[in-house]
Amino acid sequence: MIEESKTPSRMRYLIPLFLFLIMAGFLLKGLFMDPRHIPSVLINKPAPEFNLPTLYDPEKTVSKESMKGKVWLLNVWASWCGACRAEHQVLNTIAGMKIVDIVGLDYKDEAVDGKRWLKQLGNPYTEVLVDKSGRTGIDFGVYGVPESFLIDGEGVIRHKFTGPLYYPDIKGTLIPLLEKIKEGAK
Amino acid sequence: MIPEIGHFALVLSMCLAIAQAIFPLIGTMNNTPSWAALARPLAWGQALFLTIALGALTYAFLVNDFSVRYVASNSNTLLPTVYKISAVWGAHEGSLLLWAFFLGIWSAAIAVLSKGLTQEVVSRVLAVMGMVNAGFVSFMLFTSNPFERLFQIPAEGRDLNPLLQDIGLALHPPTLYLGYVGFSVAFGFAIAALIGGRLDASWARWSRPWTTAAWVWLTLGITIGSWWAYYELGWGGWWFWDPVENASFMPWIAGTALMHSLAVTEKRGAFRSWTLMLAILAFSLCLLGTFLVRSGVLTSVHAFAADPDRGIFILIFLLITIGGSLALYAWRAPSIFSGGRFDLISRESFLLGNNLLLTVFTFLVLFGTLAPLIYDALEWGKISVGFPWFNKMFLMVTPFLAVLIGFGPLMRWKRTDPKKLVKKLRIAMIVSVVIGLIAFLPAISTGSLLVPLGMFLVAWIITSHITAIIDRLKHKQGISHIFADLAGKGRSYYGMVVAHMGVAMFILGATMVSHHGVEKDLRMSPGESAEISAYRFKFEGVAHTPGPNYTANQGEFTIYLDGEVEAVLKPQKRTYFAQGRPMTEAAIDWGLTRDLYVSLGEDLGGGDWSVRLYYKPFVRWIWLGGLAMAIGGIICISDRRYRSKKEKKPQQAYTEAANTLVTEKS
Repeated sequence: MIEESKTPSRMRYLIPLFLFLIMAGFLLKGLFMDPRHIPSVLINKPAPEFNLPTLYDPEKTVSKESMKGKVWLLNVWASWCGACRAEHQVLNTIAGMKIVDIVGLDYKDEAVDGKRWLKQLGNPYTEVLVDKSGRTGIDFGVYGVPESFLIDGEGVIRHKFTGPLYYPDIKGTLIPLLEKIKEGAK
Repeated sequence: MIPEIGHFALVLSMCLAIAQAIFPLIGTMNNTPSWAALARPLAWGQALFLTIALGALTYAFLVNDFSVRYVASNSNTLLPTVYKISAVWGAHEGSLLLWAFFLGIWSAAIAVLSKGLTQEVVSRVLAVMGMVNAGFVSFMLFTSNPFERLFQIPAEGRDLNPLLQDIGLALHPPTLYLGYVGFSVAFGFAIAALIGGRLDASWARWSRPWTTAAWVWLTLGITIGSWWAYYELGWGGWWFWDPVENASFMPWIAGTALMHSLAVTEKRGAFRSWTLMLAILAFSLCLLGTFLVRSGVLTSVHAFAADPDRGIFILIFLLITIGGSLALYAWRAPSIFSGGRFDLISRESFLLGNNLLLTVFTFLVLFGTLAPLIYDALEWGKISVGFPWFNKMFLMVTPFLAVLIGFGPLMRWKRTDPKKLVKKLRIAMIVSVVIGLIAFLPAISTGSLLVPLGMFLVAWIITSHITAIIDRLKHKQGISHIFADLAGKGRSYYGMVVAHMGVAMFILGATMVSHHGVEKDLRMSPGESAEISAYRFKFEGVAHTPGPNYTANQGEFTIYLDGEVEAVLKPQKRTYFAQGRPMTEAAIDWGLTRDLYVSLGEDLGGGDWSVRLYYKPFVRWIWLGGLAMAIGGIICISDRRYRSKKEKKPQQAYTEAANTLVTEKS
């Protein structure tokens, strides 16, 4: 026979309130954490496989294998993306510094629009890949555009920039990481 | 002018909501019947002004009034009229207005349909709902006003997100919100009971149909959402464990537990404080969902634009409502007498098992949803809780639930003789085990243990319920008694059976589509064919077709089965004028035993396209199951015993006086 206790301890009834307050504390903290700072499960993991046509020559394809041995920055962008326009000057600067190869991934975009965009704003990319279906973007866990991934010679993702790159990111994050990768390779 | 009227109506409804939160409650505390009696008229007024506000916003959409920022951001002159209406709730501000509007409607419904309740209870329930709506309407007015004007009026609107230009969007949020908001009624009843310290069978009987109604809406909302994601997003999936999906699923699980717990409270007077806890939990999870969706703390495909101000506002609101109600619970619940006594093998104990499993599952989903946030906040590193984890948890809990479901209808209250129970269920057990064993055949199981398990559970739920119905009807003499049972008090029993069949249908669909579905990504040239399961998909080519506010590339596929044409599918790739983003419109040939699904990828040049082809066996049963659960709930609500208007209990003198004041006789 099971019997519901008639005089349960009063403390027991405080547990839900207590749990809720803990959760509310986390939610409060969550509000002040950078919402752009999205965890990427892929960091320090091999980049997903891909094989995509290039923007200027659809016959030619670039795959993960063909990038092996190079340190490169995969920049996910699209002509319909406003934040990418702001970021583009930063990319042009990085390209001018010649510190790393930048490969563009034109995400869910029309080829005509993408080409017009690069003609207008300059082309910082060594290659521009076309991901019209967004399949590769999904494999990379792209939440929004722009995002950039720093990938080393082994094809491992070393860092993810969520949202546009800013000038301070070059000195603050990108260059130290490139040096670290260089040292690791030695 | 019209938007200002809407804005003004919104302000008025906030004032009325605040009044509704304060005066009726104080009236019941210090015996002021005239104050207590204000609850109903205030609820009416609030519903009226919220209707005017919603009407004004709808009007602004219909006449393309782009001077209203919300309309300019979410509509366009080319948008078809039906989507202009659904665009009203297509983004943050408007969807909040819909929320508040529904809360007003539910409050008014309580005011009308509560003639048998004491004024005291009605006043308190409506006061609690007034507090909730005061929070929502002020949130809207202070941080997210849908009637805000633009001073540079754009010539053209930015258009509704193309993903949302669909019948699914027209239906999904309203049904879901009706469910969310509906749980505020159960919440109001729970708070009223905690304030009054009285929680008897009539309390449970009053709460039950309202809780079930909210649950039915939520079930429909989730089902429609899942169906919409399946055909609209072009991935062919039906559930993604996205944080926002979880936000709607958690109250559903807690609400399911609440419905079952309420049954025990009504019939046996047991589980009282537990029932109250679940009522608070279910609604709290609805509010938490709102926070998660609108504050930007989690990333999700559904999330509205993030804004920390909004987050702070909702968080304070959560602290007041959830924190306040849990504090009230901690203070008052220990004094609520709960005197259930029952055997280990009894309906009570099995419903307790159901409750525990559902609650554990609710917390697992909650944990999985918040884990990335918790880890990040504690600086333990970044984690991402994905699809596989949730699936594993789901598979750990549901089989036990499904086994319990089979026993439920044959269980008696207080005590069931285990020997008799086993004897009754013998045939059902044997049949389901045999079916489970047959499913081990490699052709059926595809090498997974989950297929035999799923088939066993489906068979078990069906056969045990058939056994239960036969057992019930055996005691009824003659056809006329059987019909009387169906028409009258037996309704809630048959409703339960239908809802449980829905669970079986869902398991069948989910098992089949997960293990027998075929998916192929291909590059196809015109005239080329591909074999998927027993079907041959022939790609005929792609042609341009215009639409009202988009242009599309339309593919054509002819599908053959044994050389006969089975279906012709025309998936589209659309580009909407206003936003220029390409959209995939999948084409589906649906059937009870299989869906054939084609979605168009990208143009690879020279007439070649990348395409995605699916064979989805029994996928419809997932949503049919949801529909059956909802129908079961509706049958339960129609049970005659909920419609007995008069509660024949002596009322306290002051509530009598209050009743005469509001002249309910009409």
